[in-house]
Amino acid sequence: MNNADIENIEISLLLEAIYERYGHDFRHYARASISRRIRQFLNNASGCASISEMIPKVLHDESFFERLINNFSIPVTEMFRDPLVYRSIRQKIVPLLKTYPFVRIWHAGCATGEEVYSMAILLKEEGLYDRATIFATDFNDVALSKAKEGIYAVDSIKQFTGNYQQSGGSASFSEYYHARYDSIAIQHSLKRNITFANHNLATDGVFGEMHLIMCRNVLIYLDSALQSRVANLFGESLTYGGFLCLGTKETLDFTDGGKHFKVIDEPARIYQKKAAGFAP
Amino acid sequence: MRQPTAESESAGGVAPRGRYRAIVIGGSAGGMKALLTVLSRLHEGFQSPIIVVLHVHPTESGYLAEHLGERCGLPVKEALDKEPAQAGVVYVAPPGYHLLVEREETLALSADEPVRFARPSIDVLFESAAHVWSWRLIGVILSGANSDGAYGISQIRKFGGLTIAQDPTTAEYPVMPQSAVDTASVAKILSPEEIGGFLGGMNCSTK
Repeated sequence: MNNADIENIEISLLLEAIYERYGHDFRHYARASISRRIRQFLNNASGCASISEMIPKVLHDESFFERLINNFSIPVTEMFRDPLVYRSIRQKIVPLLKTYPFVRIWHAGCATGEEVYSMAILLKEEGLYDRATIFATDFNDVALSKAKEGIYAVDSIKQFTGNYQQSGGSASFSEYYHARYDSIAIQHSLKRNITFANHNLATDGVFGEMHLIMCRNVLIYLDSALQSRVANLFGESLTYGGFLCLGTKETLDFTDGGKHFKVIDEPARIYQKKAAGFAP
Repeated sequence: MRQPTAESESAGGVAPRGRYRAIVIGGSAGGMKALLTVLSRLHEGFQSPIIVVLHVHPTESGYLAEHLGERCGLPVKEALDKEPAQAGVVYVAPPGYHLLVEREETLALSADEPVRFARPSIDVLFESAAHVWSWRLIGVILSGANSDGAYGISQIRKFGGLTIAQDPTTAEYPVMPQSAVDTASVAKILSPEEIGGFLGGMNCSTK
């Protein structure tokens, strides 16, 4: 057994301790990423000499645990990341959403919220915002409170604007934010129909009758077993004919969770829930 | 466990048959040309996966794999999350994602923040691969204008893997291979032609 094998045991024990003590289940997170996070925390912020030494601290010191998990996953995204995906949503999903009297959209794993506001802008421009409710959830409270604030660094605006234009945006992007000093704040009116909530895909259940679930670059953080659980959760949370949109490098092909869905747009990773009675 | 050390091999030469399970390669500015030279010396039926991080502009998704695939004898594809790392295939990190390796030898992506301004980061790939393949891993640093990969190569060395840097005098941008060499973790300093010849030696095994 080499040092990497021993470290892997330490990580399993640490994650088990977190689960038993706090109920947060990271045992089925993609191991390579979470190991990197744990190592990083060990070296920079833990004051411990080994991962094993972190275990008693996690068990007895809640603030140590809080610092650790807030470091576990903060994916960094952009407004209108992968503009062609938003273009495809406009062209292929919006026409169907327009046939419903109200529209429910779930951003699962919304991180710091950039893509939630992108969706809000898209719905506004398509005349759907007033009858839409967007549920934006994440397990990470720090990320969630940043999402709620909707304040981003002014440096990112050039990229956001470029993405917006490529996504088929029809207005001037500057209408959607106020710039102040070195930050931009998202227009308040875009927040009106967004509900932010803590939800953990690893442990929590079905989330309402959704027409569209956006879950981009979240499955990459989960192992195959948990990916299947989440894909099933999405299947149960969608109405028949509802849509699921994943990150462009994610696929349901390597898990058995894909059986609920058919592919609508392969490069944009847009799936549709099969109708009732549809043979798997 | 007793681990063979990298020093037992002489400079140049060929990799011992069957010892290595995987190759990771990192590069940045000027790295594409060096990578093509290396890959042009490897042929169909190659015995291990080759996993590559090359810094490219984030909008060039798909282009890199296509460009390399047209110019070398091995299949090249952009890595997908959870995909098994198969022998004889070159995997490149998609722009805008870190590429890692899981213990079951599958590929994994992450959208974590850039590391030292890079996403994909060579350090992230090399560190995770070192944890999976330890002394059965070869890490190669090619031309580039920043020091990404220096930490990663030291991790590969720490786990007993074989570390190679492009000879900085042959690199269009020497900073990246020089930074790797400066960590004192590099076992071989070779030209791209020599790196290709060395790795190509792995191919003539078990058929």
